[in-house]
Amino acid sequence: MTLSPLTVISPALSETTAGICFLLILLVPFALVGLALINTGLGRSRSAAHSMMGSLMAIAVAVLVYFIFGFSWQGFAGGPHHAVIVGGKAWNWIAAQPFFMRGMEFNGSYSSLEALLQMFCVGLAVLIPLGAGADRWRLGAICASSALFAGLTYPLFGHWVWSDGWLAQLGMNYGLGHGFVDVGGSSSIQVVGGLTALSLAWILGPRRGKYSAEGMPAAVPGHNAVLVILGCLLATVGWCGLNSAGAILFIHAEAARCVLVTVNTMLAAASAGLTAAAITQIRFRKPDASLTANGWMGGLVASSAACAFVKPAAAVVIGIIAGALVTFAVEWFEFELKVDDPGGAISVHAIAGIWGILAVGILARFPVAPLFSGNLPGTDAGQWLAQLIGIATLIGFVLPLTYGLNWLLNRFYPQRVSIEGERQGMDLHELGADAYPDFVTHADEFIQR
Amino acid sequence: MKLAGFLLLLAGWLLVLATLALLGSAPARTGFLLAGIGVEVVGMVLVARAHLPVQEDRG
Repeated sequence: MTLSPLTVISPALSETTAGICFLLILLVPFALVGLALINTGLGRSRSAAHSMMGSLMAIAVAVLVYFIFGFSWQGFAGGPHHAVIVGGKAWNWIAAQPFFMRGMEFNGSYSSLEALLQMFCVGLAVLIPLGAGADRWRLGAICASSALFAGLTYPLFGHWVWSDGWLAQLGMNYGLGHGFVDVGGSSSIQVVGGLTALSLAWILGPRRGKYSAEGMPAAVPGHNAVLVILGCLLATVGWCGLNSAGAILFIHAEAARCVLVTVNTMLAAASAGLTAAAITQIRFRKPDASLTANGWMGGLVASSAACAFVKPAAAVVIGIIAGALVTFAVEWFEFELKVDDPGGAISVHAIAGIWGILAVGILARFPVAPLFSGNLPGTDAGQWLAQLIGIATLIGFVLPLTYGLNWLLNRFYPQRVSIEGERQGMDLHELGADAYPDFVTHADEFIQR
Repeated sequence: MKLAGFLLLLAGWLLVLATLALLGSAPARTGFLLAGIGVEVVGMVLVARAHLPVQEDRG
């Protein structure tokens, strides 16, 4: 085995496509706003300001840490990197960019637009665990955990998928389809964030009063369904931008292909939302707003991986399965695994994301070269194996890594708020003021404090 | 049990990597890849069980 830093020049992007891509990237912050609102709405009213403040701080820390050294380890396709040679094949495992994004020219090239998009993507990914840690995760711990996530976990897996890493090269090196394919981040943003959410839910433990001594869960409904559904709608705008920009930057699709990407994104979200509403209507005799919102988000998450390579009818299938999976997974985690995840982050981002990755192997049809200027070497055969290897890497490597990092952090800096703080509410305890005026009361104020 | 579960997760992933590097034929590679994922599933079950809260015995 040898270690070799290699340098390749990044390809050029036409001025028009660069302009379109830049505008699409500017839509991505809507996804961040949407997710922050969903997390807040699904939490208790006495933690609402804390949830929004936590989101803002997590994004700030993530973007800065990513700028300082996260990007240097993630890099971009064709950029300098370290490769280990195994059996004559180069396994590109980490980028070798300078810290502080030194040497980058922000001129509309692939690499500069990728750096911009990644700053929003890492901001989106760090918001995912906040849904699982709602009502009990300390602000300082949110910042520290976000720093670990943006500095280590996210860039490493992101490099493997999006920056010509070993997963992306499975097609070229081992003849497994076109290598691991993920257009908009079902894996590198959503599943990585969802597995971190699972780790934190395990480390933090359930909220006080969530489970009885016999292990039966108590219903702790979200405090504001309006925020949750508004968040879904805003996130949809962001997702259309994220998936389209991802298609241009990560698979080098033409700008015209963004129309198909956006149609597929909307169809997957709509069918997932309707599926969740129908399932809850059948089971509970009324559609459940929070589960429907989670189903909608699950559709968005699942759409990301395959959105540029499936027909609209296949996007509907992806959405229907994602909506059903999320609805049942939320209950499974709560009742069977006793995981307290107020925002449904694990089901929405990890479970639907894994389905989205698998859907590439099952439903994607890759265009032939003359119709497509993309850079996907290889044939369709074995694509499902490449996708399975990606999932195995997420569960076998990313989960232990993110759990280990947060477990270590918890040893030195306890992440869970004190019993007194939880009783008082995160707003009063950590911020010194409630989110809502005194004259507004909410049902959850009367739940055991 | 938690540590064993996480070690199994890593072992399953390493089995997948070793399969890629060492095996050339498609059926053998597919079989060992699925075996690696199977090991990971066992690891996940152990980790999930290790995190179940201890229930009070009211008998």
